[in-house]
Amino acid sequence: MFESLSERLGGVFDALKRRGSLTESDVSEAMREVRVALLEADVALPVVKDFIAEVKKQAVGQDVLRSVTPGQMVIKIVSDHLTEVLGKESDGLSLNAVPPVPILVVGLQGSGKTTSTAKIAYRLRTREKKKVMMASLDVRRPAAQEQLRVLGEQAEVTTLPIVAGQQPVEIAKRAMASARLQGYDVVLLDTAGRLHVDEQLMAEVAAVRDAVSPGETLLVADALTGQDAVNVAKQFDERVGLTGIMLTRVDGDGRGGAALSMRAVTGRPIKLLGVGEKLDALEAFHPDRIANRILGMGDVVSLVERASESMEAAEAEKLAKKLKKGQFDLEDLRGQLQQMQKMGGLEGLAGMLPGAKQMKQQLAQANIDPKMLKRQEAIISSMTPKERRRPDVINGSRKKRIAAGSGTTVPEVNRVLKQWKQMSVMMKKVKKMGKSGMMRAGLSGILPKM
Amino acid sequence: MAEQERKGWFGRLKDGLKRSTGQLTGSISAVFTRRKLDDEALEDLEEILIRADLGVQAAARITTEIAKGRYDKDVTDEEVRGALADAVANTLKPVALPLELDAARKPNVVLVVGVNGVGKTTTIGKIAHHQREIGNRVVLCAGDTFRAAAIDQLKIWGERTGAEVVARDSGADSAGLAFDALKRARDVSADLLLIDTAGRLQNKANLMAELEKIVRVLKKQDESAPHAVLLVLDATTGQNAVNQVEVFRDVCQVTGLVMTKLDGSARGGVLVAVADKFGLPVHYVGVGEQAEDLRPFDADDFARALCGVAD
Repeated sequence: MFESLSERLGGVFDALKRRGSLTESDVSEAMREVRVALLEADVALPVVKDFIAEVKKQAVGQDVLRSVTPGQMVIKIVSDHLTEVLGKESDGLSLNAVPPVPILVVGLQGSGKTTSTAKIAYRLRTREKKKVMMASLDVRRPAAQEQLRVLGEQAEVTTLPIVAGQQPVEIAKRAMASARLQGYDVVLLDTAGRLHVDEQLMAEVAAVRDAVSPGETLLVADALTGQDAVNVAKQFDERVGLTGIMLTRVDGDGRGGAALSMRAVTGRPIKLLGVGEKLDALEAFHPDRIANRILGMGDVVSLVERASESMEAAEAEKLAKKLKKGQFDLEDLRGQLQQMQKMGGLEGLAGMLPGAKQMKQQLAQANIDPKMLKRQEAIISSMTPKERRRPDVINGSRKKRIAAGSGTTVPEVNRVLKQWKQMSVMMKKVKKMGKSGMMRAGLSGILPKM
Repeated sequence: MAEQERKGWFGRLKDGLKRSTGQLTGSISAVFTRRKLDDEALEDLEEILIRADLGVQAAARITTEIAKGRYDKDVTDEEVRGALADAVANTLKPVALPLELDAARKPNVVLVVGVNGVGKTTTIGKIAHHQREIGNRVVLCAGDTFRAAAIDQLKIWGERTGAEVVARDSGADSAGLAFDALKRARDVSADLLLIDTAGRLQNKANLMAELEKIVRVLKKQDESAPHAVLLVLDATTGQNAVNQVEVFRDVCQVTGLVMTKLDGSARGGVLVAVADKFGLPVHYVGVGEQAEDLRPFDADDFARALCGVAD
């Protein structure tokens, strides 16, 4: 998400930065391009207009045009506004009420309500150690209740037993009663997909809300939604009263305009992002980080978080010990390759670093295959334990065997060995420098000259 | 229900599009009760089109078209509305083509693809319903082996329409299943085999490769299969629909489009952008949840309904 918007804005900003001085018409020109970029990213027109008007007002101020780096100033104004539109703080689900806390999940057909419900349940169960129950109020789509039941099994979350013929309000009441008796903390109520213009169905979901007074009412919305996103969000907010938004399919290549629009129109925070098909593919929404990602400034915080999440503490310690001794064998290299893959592979990592756009292009130009990590791992895995510990024993015939075993070629095996060699030299340097040395020389002291 | 049926398809589509029409024409009326068609008016018009999801490019093109011969003249609301409908219809007419089945072919193999949640399974149910009504023998292949209960959903459609469903357990290989379904459809000499697939985002390379595999496997039995590949698009989707068409077309040679969920508010405009760029046939539009709510795509009706021109 957001990549092409980021790309477009990057182009506009580059042009701005190159100029020493800016006139009012330069700013207007840039803003026209920002407008098209936002519209093409499916940001709703009223939101775009407000945005542009607001930025323009500030950007043509005397302070900006007379400043030493007017281009930078304009970019800063745009970025500040973007963050403002997206919201400042990250909001989690608020579950501070007498349990069981009902969470009502609403949205259009096919926006991903049922899957999202299961993801939230899974997250609450595993991360917050809540006792969670799910109930499907979807009596319209064939097999919808069955879908939630199956997902419940996968997520190891209880689902309310299905009683055929029951209506949504009754099911919701039954879910609450049963959760109360059995001491559940949270009850997730998955509703049927409905059009925001369908009076009857909107009344139905309002009735459910009145029956259970939910602690959270989440609108599940597709990140690929177009201009209609504002209408959808507005109508649902007016009729049902939303407390937050969950965006789905954020892992698609949609441009995320819906995120900007819905937040701007309803003022409700985006709380969660669905980023994949698996149950754990759910992320908290951090407006500032997203704004930075859109502006091509990278999302280093998320990167570090992701690293610490996927890095197993014990393993890291083991590696640190080995490094202290100046040892670094192919086992360690494999560990690192796996680490990088867990963090989303080369592409995933590159996407989060500042200047991501240019870097991705460089990656593409350099013909670096994103699958390279996997192949390298396969090469190392095709070695015997002895070869991994003492790579020096690997001779020509061993290389041939390794290449055949991993489905690669001897030159590729050589490349892995060379990479290991460079890294082990680097590790020795680290050891020599010691901790203080590293501080002084910084990273440049240890990175091989590219 | 009975009253709904009497309305006919144009009435339904118009009903469905009423909200969007109301919005679009409401804003057009506001701009053009009678005024000079100057730059500012044109910009307003362009924005209205953008708001209907036509996308910046298509909106600019149609605006220019409407400006031709009218620039700086006094125009009325109706005139602009008519011109808008004409421009939209002109873009869409060449792509408004029905899904043609070859009666001699037993079966016609139709693969249905799309991103998650656009309504592939429901569309298949509706097509099956329509084909059964005209007396064709239909086999459904429950190829969405990923989403929980998708197989059950298709089975229910099979019961409703009287079409045979070929299914395996959840998690099974969809290409293998498609192979079996084609075999079954040939054995019973069905007229139509509809193959459901799991929803997939077009930027997931491995999932797209799976689609390629389904096509490859089908060709082992029938070199000419699949005879049609339908890409289902959600009318609420914005400009990403253009990208979806591009990628799916490249991966599995999409032959036609179906647009679903046209019964909400402001929508459908992206179809104009898609027609502009790819010229792929649009076979059906979905305007509701009932089995009858899938209708052949008619460019004039669509354009008129979208632009709020009276019958």
